[in-house]
Amino acid sequence: MNHRPITEDDLHAYVDQALEPERSREVSAYLDDHPDVAKRVGAFAGQRDLLRAALAPIAEEPLPAALNLARIIENRRRRPSRFGWAVAAMLLLSIGGAGGWVMHGALPTSPSGMVALAQEAADSYAVYAPDHERPVEMRASDTTQLVQWVSSRLHRPVKVPNLSPSGYRLMGGRLVATAHGPAAMFMYDDDHGSRIVVLTRPMNGTDGNAPMTPHTRDDVAGFAWADGGIGYSLVGQAPTDSLRSLANEVRKQARTI
Amino acid sequence: MDDMLHQVEPLIPALRRYARALMRDRASADDLVQDCLERAVSRWYQRRRDGDVRAWLFTILHNLAVNQFRKAASRGRHVAIEEISEDSFGEAASQEQKLIYQDVLAKLARLPEDQRAVLLLVAVEDLSYAEAAKVLGIPVGTVMSRLSRARERLQQEIEGGAAQPSNVVSLRSAT
Repeated sequence: MNHRPITEDDLHAYVDQALEPERSREVSAYLDDHPDVAKRVGAFAGQRDLLRAALAPIAEEPLPAALNLARIIENRRRRPSRFGWAVAAMLLLSIGGAGGWVMHGALPTSPSGMVALAQEAADSYAVYAPDHERPVEMRASDTTQLVQWVSSRLHRPVKVPNLSPSGYRLMGGRLVATAHGPAAMFMYDDDHGSRIVVLTRPMNGTDGNAPMTPHTRDDVAGFAWADGGIGYSLVGQAPTDSLRSLANEVRKQARTI
Repeated sequence: MDDMLHQVEPLIPALRRYARALMRDRASADDLVQDCLERAVSRWYQRRRDGDVRAWLFTILHNLAVNQFRKAASRGRHVAIEEISEDSFGEAASQEQKLIYQDVLAKLARLPEDQRAVLLLVAVEDLSYAEAAKVLGIPVGTVMSRLSRARERLQQEIEGGAAQPSNVVSLRSAT
C-alpha cells in the first residue's frame, strides 16, 4: 500500500465530488478505517445536501421583469453608451456651426410631451431620491424662497402640493434641467423613509392638456398629466394605488391655483 | 448579443440564488443581480474569450456584493435583515422541511461573509475550487482553508443548536 496520505483537502474534495475516481476510492477506503473522520465527512455531506435543498427553490422562482436579459440588452441598445455620446459631442464641437445640423439627424430623437415628462420625473427620482447627502437643494423650512425661486424660473406661479394628509412630508425641492427647459422638483417622504418626487414644468405647446396616465420604469412607477399647459408627474416606489391617489391629490390642489 | 443571451440567460437563476443566500434580502439581492447583468452586457466584448462565462458572472456579482457589504459596514448597519419567508420554499416542501431549511439558512447567515461565500460557491453553485478562487480573488489554498472553517463552524452551529427554535428540535427528534 503506497497510497498518498489523505489530507484535509482530500476530505472536502470527497464531499464536493471533485476527486478523480481512483482517489475517491482511496478516501472511501480510508474512511472505512476511520469512523471518527467518516462521521465528520458524513456531516459535511449532509450540510451540502441540506443547503442545496434549502436554496434550490430560489432558482426556480419566475424571474422578475427587471432581470429580463433581453430587455436589459434592448435598453442598452437604445441608450447610446457614454463613449458614443462623447464621440458625438466631440464631432459636433469639431464640425461646429454649419456642419452641426448634419449630426443632428444621426442622434436618437428625444421624446416630447407626456413621454418626456414621465422620463424626466423618473430620471430625477433615480438621481435624487437615493441621495443621502443632499436630495433637495432647498429644504422644506425654506419653502417660501423655494416657491419664489422656481416660480421665477418657470415664469409662472408654482404651488407646492401639500401631501401631509396622505402621510408624505415635504422634504424640499430644487430646479431640474430638462431638454424642455427648467422644471421644479419637490420631494416628500413618509414615516418609513419612502420617497416620492413631483416634477412640474410648462409643456411648451406639446400635450398641454393630457389625462392622467401611468408610467413605469424598472421598479419606479408614476403618473403624469397636464392641465392648462403645465405638466406634472409624480413618481415613487410605493404601490401604484397609493401613487395614484397621491397624484389625484396633487392634481386637485394644482387646479385651485 | 444573441450569443450573450444564450450564454448568460440560463445562469440568472443561479446568480439570484447566490445573491439571495449572501444578502438574505430578496429585493437587494435582485438589485444586485440586475446591476451584475447590466455590467455583463456592457462588458461582454471586453471579457476574456477563453474564460468561463459562469465564473466571470459570479466574479462581477461577488464584487458588487462585497461593495454593498462595505457600504453597509461603513454606515454601521446590518445588511441581512429579512428572514427568508416560508413561502419562498415553494409548495413542494412540507412544513417540517421548511422549518429545517429555514433553520440551516439562519445558521449559514451566522458565518462570516468570506466563509459563507466559499461554501455557497463550492457546495451549492458547483464551482470548482480554482473557479471559486478566481471569483473571490484569493489563492486556492485560501479557498480550501475557508471552506474547512466554514464547514466546521456550520457543524458547530448545527450540533450546538443553542439558538435553535424549539419547534425544530422537536420535529427533528420526532423524525
